[in-house]
Amino acid sequence: MTDSRIDFTAADHAAELARAGAHVTGWRGATLLLIRRYPLGAIGAVIFTLFVFAAVFADVVAPMDPLSTNSRASLAAPSATYLLGADFMGRDVFSRLVYGARISLAVGLGATALGCLFGILVGLLSGYLGGWIDLVVQRVIDIMQSLPLLVMALVMAASLGPSLRNTIIAIAIPLVPNVARVIRSNTLSLREMPFVEAARAVGMGELRIALRHVLPNTLAPIIVLATAQLGSTILTEASLSFLGLGVPEPHPSWGRMLSESAAEYVRTAPWLVIFPGVAISLIVFGTNLLGDAVRDILDPRQRS
Amino acid sequence: MVVQSASASAALDDGVVLDVRGLKTYFYTRQGLLKAVDDVSFAVRKGETLAIVGESGCGKSITALSLIRLVPTPPGRIVGGAVSLAGTDLLRLDEKAMRGVRGNDISMIFQEPMTSLNPVMTIGRQIGEALILHQGLTRAAALARAVEMLQLVRIPEPEQRARDYPHQLSGGMRQRAMIAMALACNPKVLIADEPTTALDVTIQAQILDLIVDLQRQLGTAVILITHDLGVVAETAQRVIVMYAGRKVEEAPASELFARPLHPYTSGLMASIPRLDLIRGHVEAGRLQEIPGMVPALTDLPTGCAFAPRCQFAVDRCHADYPPYEEKRPGRWAACWRSDELYGAAHA
Repeated sequence: MTDSRIDFTAADHAAELARAGAHVTGWRGATLLLIRRYPLGAIGAVIFTLFVFAAVFADVVAPMDPLSTNSRASLAAPSATYLLGADFMGRDVFSRLVYGARISLAVGLGATALGCLFGILVGLLSGYLGGWIDLVVQRVIDIMQSLPLLVMALVMAASLGPSLRNTIIAIAIPLVPNVARVIRSNTLSLREMPFVEAARAVGMGELRIALRHVLPNTLAPIIVLATAQLGSTILTEASLSFLGLGVPEPHPSWGRMLSESAAEYVRTAPWLVIFPGVAISLIVFGTNLLGDAVRDILDPRQRS
Repeated sequence: MVVQSASASAALDDGVVLDVRGLKTYFYTRQGLLKAVDDVSFAVRKGETLAIVGESGCGKSITALSLIRLVPTPPGRIVGGAVSLAGTDLLRLDEKAMRGVRGNDISMIFQEPMTSLNPVMTIGRQIGEALILHQGLTRAAALARAVEMLQLVRIPEPEQRARDYPHQLSGGMRQRAMIAMALACNPKVLIADEPTTALDVTIQAQILDLIVDLQRQLGTAVILITHDLGVVAETAQRVIVMYAGRKVEEAPASELFARPLHPYTSGLMASIPRLDLIRGHVEAGRLQEIPGMVPALTDLPTGCAFAPRCQFAVDRCHADYPPYEEKRPGRWAACWRSDELYGAAHA
């Protein structure tokens, strides 16, 4: 009776179905399924949420005023009072990191949103209208893309002057070409789709078609792009602040915390260098993990 | 001769909804001038189905797109003729006025139900769009009407389906949704461009039945574009056969199938696979085909465009284009040898 053929009776249908998430109902079940399927993405989401939480509730989370100085605590090592130590002005590093999350996230989210908004507008127009508008826009984008993100941001920040608003603008502008490129290429293929023709046959105008039929179809790549860019904008802000071109004093910025102490205190008070660095690395790492997972969830073709 | 033919077919009786005369749509390409639609005239009456038949590339789809002025420009351009809808010449309207006609007075169903619906918009909203656009309905009212339309095209559980996205529906369901969308504003004319080509056979029959039923119910005039003579036999009252951008024959459907007056039409009919022939007659077991291919529109012969593929062609066919004339009452054809081959009109 027994032979070498596969024993089909041994297939555990219940287990296979559970793995496929067949009985999952409600948002809680769906979330659990997503966590099981994308564990790295879940870790990214947790890290990101933690930072957002810290930034929003900074007043509660931070044990001290990030700006108040204390000469007696200058360069204090990590202890029960100063969890992550204090800088040479005696300001609590942990509190400054917590408040710094506000700056980082404000710049990160703000610049990403602003860059995406303009990028979408430019890309959609360029791709949908085509012709000479497309040609001109694409050449401008070529020029902008020939410079690295940081260099562009550096030039922008230097010419605009240091302030939170200017930092956001300085980081957003170099993002525009990247976003515009992606949206344009999507628009180019979408405008040839039969449903666009069908919308015309229903009597819709071109602008309405572009906004109501083409734009929503580019939403998935936009979300993917935005989450992927979030980490790099946060990093760019840190780099700008490191170079003294970011958010000005006395607001705590991770990048500047790093730059102020890197040269002088790296040997005597390493916590001044290590913890801001860890914060930057963590948030970039977290948003990248999250971005990858979002890309996989929204774009089944990328799954391997 | 040609001008006369246009008025003759239109003036048969009243109730003409759409009157197309001398329509010419040319494409200006690197290969040269392409007469995709060359002097085509026809009229459709209220509640009537007119089929336009021909092989791929004969100009039937471009004819349809010309009617609602969606010919890709450039390279295409409507260079002549008139398309009268209830007295207004659509070819003379400005783009804004034309947009008011599309989807409202003339609607179109496309070939690909899979890709003709926006994948990220619910079925209900897509059907409602035309209503919001043309009849100024609110979103809620449009959605309610969309559900009614889904019911009309016999989609079960219309409320749920209205909330579905296109990928949640089967091909046949999507084509039904497309029909619902096209008929939402109760248009005078419905253009169906190969509405069943992408569907499997059982669904094809259902969709055709649905179109015929709704047409009776709503009194819509239907222009059915197809290469499938089986579809024509099932639905159309009158048939136009096109070849290389021109009309070659026009007849009431029943008469056309009984006795075609153009060798191209009879060739098309002989190339339909038929079970009874395969079973019954051994000698007729082989499927007939029309030899050769549709000539390139840039390189049309001087005489009859079909002559190079026609087994009956004589010198005259190659030399001069035959006049499009009434061979018998209600029967038009463009062939020099029609009388000889198919018998002269009974006086």
